[in-house]
Amino acid sequence: MFVPNRYFPPPISQLLGFSASPRLCGLSLRGFFGRSFFLGAVLALGVSWAGAAAEPIRIGEFSSLTGREAGLGQYTHMGVQMAVEEINAAGGVDGRPLLVLAEDTQSKAGEAATVVRKLITRDHVVAIVGEGASGRCLEGAPIAQRAGIPVVSPAATNPKVTEIGDCIFRVCFTDPFQGTVMAKFAHETLKVRRVGVLSDVASSYSLGLAGFFRQRCIVDGVELVGEQKFSGGDKDYRAQLTALKAARPDALFVPAYYGDAGLILLQARQLGLTVPVLGGDGFEAPELVQIAGAAADGAFFPVHFSTSDTSPRSRSFIARYTQRWNKAPTGVSALGYDALNLIADAIRRGKSAEPKAIRTALAGTTGFEGITGRIAMDSERNARKPASIVRVEGGQFRFLQSVAP
Amino acid sequence: MKLPKSQIFLLVALLVAGGFSAFSGRIDPYILDVTLGVGIAITLASSLNLINGFTGQFSLGHAGFMAVGAYSSAMLTTTLGPKLGASAGVLQWVLFPASLLLGGLVAALAGLAVGAPSLRLKGDYLAIVTLGFGEIIKVILQNVDAVGGARGLVGIPDYTNLFWTFGVAAVTVYVVWALLNSTYGRGFLAVADDEVAAEAMGLNTTRYKITAFVVGSFFAGVAGGLYAHLKGYLNPGGFDFNKSIEIVVMVILGGMGRHVGVIVAAVLLAVLNETLRSFGDYRMILYSLLLILLMLTRPQGLFTWTPRKKSAA
Repeated sequence: MFVPNRYFPPPISQLLGFSASPRLCGLSLRGFFGRSFFLGAVLALGVSWAGAAAEPIRIGEFSSLTGREAGLGQYTHMGVQMAVEEINAAGGVDGRPLLVLAEDTQSKAGEAATVVRKLITRDHVVAIVGEGASGRCLEGAPIAQRAGIPVVSPAATNPKVTEIGDCIFRVCFTDPFQGTVMAKFAHETLKVRRVGVLSDVASSYSLGLAGFFRQRCIVDGVELVGEQKFSGGDKDYRAQLTALKAARPDALFVPAYYGDAGLILLQARQLGLTVPVLGGDGFEAPELVQIAGAAADGAFFPVHFSTSDTSPRSRSFIARYTQRWNKAPTGVSALGYDALNLIADAIRRGKSAEPKAIRTALAGTTGFEGITGRIAMDSERNARKPASIVRVEGGQFRFLQSVAP
Repeated sequence: MKLPKSQIFLLVALLVAGGFSAFSGRIDPYILDVTLGVGIAITLASSLNLINGFTGQFSLGHAGFMAVGAYSSAMLTTTLGPKLGASAGVLQWVLFPASLLLGGLVAALAGLAVGAPSLRLKGDYLAIVTLGFGEIIKVILQNVDAVGGARGLVGIPDYTNLFWTFGVAAVTVYVVWALLNSTYGRGFLAVADDEVAAEAMGLNTTRYKITAFVVGSFFAGVAGGLYAHLKGYLNPGGFDFNKSIEIVVMVILGGMGRHVGVIVAAVLLAVLNETLRSFGDYRMILYSLLLILLMLTRPQGLFTWTPRKKSAA
C-alpha cells in the first residue's frame, strides 16, 4: 500500500493543509490556530473510525530539503521515501503501514527546534529520522530527547550528536572511528611501518581525525616519523611536504577536505613523494579528481557507501534507486534508507510501536543488515560497522574493501 | 493626573502576558514555539524600526546585535546556572532576566562601538558598515572554541516563556513609542525627515543617530537572549545576512516608521512562515510572491492606522 507523505509528491489536498484526512478537502478560511485545533479533533475521530488494523505508524523526518545543503537533505529524503514505499509494498510493519511526515529545516538554524516540536506534538510521531547536518541535529535532537522520542541521524558524524542523550542514535560512522579505521587499514593492508601526518590547524574535524589516527598507530606500533600542519585554504604545501619527504614515510595521512587535499596530492606528486596518501570522508567529492588530476590516483579514503560496491545487496539497491528516482544514489541516500529500515526493524524486534520500546530495541541492535554495512549499536549509540575504503584509480573511486573497527 | 494611555497599554500587556504564561503548560508546545517566535519577531522589528524607520538610518546588521546578545546571555546561564545550585524556577525568574539584561547591555555596547564611528556616514555607506559588522560577528563566533565555534553552542536551558517574551515585546514597543512622543524624541523624526534642516535647527544629529542605534541594539540583544533560551542551541550560521534581511523586510512591509504596522507585519511574517510549511517545495516561492504582492498593493505599509497624537508636547 502506498501511503502518500507530506513532501513527495504533494496532492492538492495536502497543499491545502489537510494532508492526513482527504475527506476534509474543503478550503476553510478559519484562522490558522482555530483550523489546526479543529482539524486535530476531527483527525482523532477519523483515526478511531479507521480501526486499529490499518492505522499507520507515524515516523517523522527533518532534513535540509531546501537551502544551501539541499543536496544532502533531498538525497537523504529520497532514500527514506524509497525505504517506506518498499516496506509498505511488502505489507508494512506487523500489518501496519508506515507514514513518513517530512519537515524542511531550510538549511537554517532555528528551524530544526520548531519542526521537531511540531513532529512530536502535532504529528505524534513515534520515531524521527534526521538531520544529516550535525549542527541542525544538535538543535533538534535535544527536544526529542526531552520528549523521549528516539532519533536516528543518517549522516551527522560529529561526536557531540549522540552525547545529547540515550534517545539519539546514528547509522553513519563518527570522526573518531574513521581516524582509527584508516590507521588500521594502513597498518594491516598497506603494511605501513613509518607514517607522516599533515593536518589542518583551522579545522576541528581535521585535528580530531589526526588525533585518533595517531592513537591507533601507537597501539599498532606504527612509527610516526613526521607531523606537519597547514591552515585550511592555503595554496602552497611544498614546505611541509618537503619536510615529510625527508622523513621517508611509507604513507601519508592527510585529514582534509577535498579542496586542500587535491592540491596536497598534486604538490606531493610533483615533489616526487609517491607514497600512498590516506584521507577522511572529506575526500569524497568529484572536485578531488578535478583538482589533482592523475595525481589523485593511489589515494585511499573511507566512504559511508560506495556506488562501486559489488555485493549483490548494494547492486540491487543502486538499481532500485536509479529506477525509482532516475538518478544514482549518493552515500546519504543509502544512509537515509538504512536509518528508516533500522527503525522499522526495531519496531518489529520490540513488537511495539511505542517510542520507549523502539528506543530499547534500537539500543539493542546487534546485526542489522543495512546497505551501508552490518550495523550494531555501541553503548554510545553510534553505529559500529565497517567503513568502505575506496581507492582513486583513473579518476574513479573504486571500492577496495570494508574495514571493521 | 490620569495615567497616560501608553502606560496603561504597557501594564495591560504585561498582565495579559503573565496571565497566559500561567497556563502555558496546557498549550501545545509547537503552538507555543511559534507564538514565542512571534513575540521575538515583534521585539526585533520594533527595535529595528527605531533605527531604520523613525530615524531613517539603514542598518543591515540587526542579526549581528541579536547574535551578541544571544551568545552573552546563553554564556551566562550555561556557565553560572549550574554553579548557583538554585532550583530551575529561581534560575528562570532571577538568573534568566539578568542574563537577558546582560545580553542587551553587551549588544548596546557593540552598537555604540559600531555606531559611534560609522553613524557619521549616510545612507548606503552605513548599510555597508553594518552589513560588515554582522558578518564579522558571525566569523568571530565561528572561530571561538569557548562558545562552540562552528559546531554551535549546545545545552542552553529553555527558560523562555510567554511572560518574558511578550513582556519584553511590550516594553520594547512602549519604549520606542514613549521615546518618539517625548520632546527629546521628536529629534529622531527630524533627523529622518531632513538631516541638514535638523542640524541647522541646532540638533546634534550624530548623537540622535547613535542613541537610536544603541537603544535598537539593546533590544535586539534582549531578543537574542530570548531566542537562545527558546531554541536551546545557537549556531553562528543562524545570524547571517539573511536573518538581518528578514527583520528589515518586517519593517519595510509594516511601513517604515509605523508602530502598529510593523507589529502586524512581524506577526504576519512569522505566522506565514509556519502556515506555508505544508506546501513543501513551493513554500519559499509562495512566501516571496506574497511579499511582492503586498509591496505592490500596500507600498505605504501594511497597516497605516496611527493612534491620535496628543495635542502639543
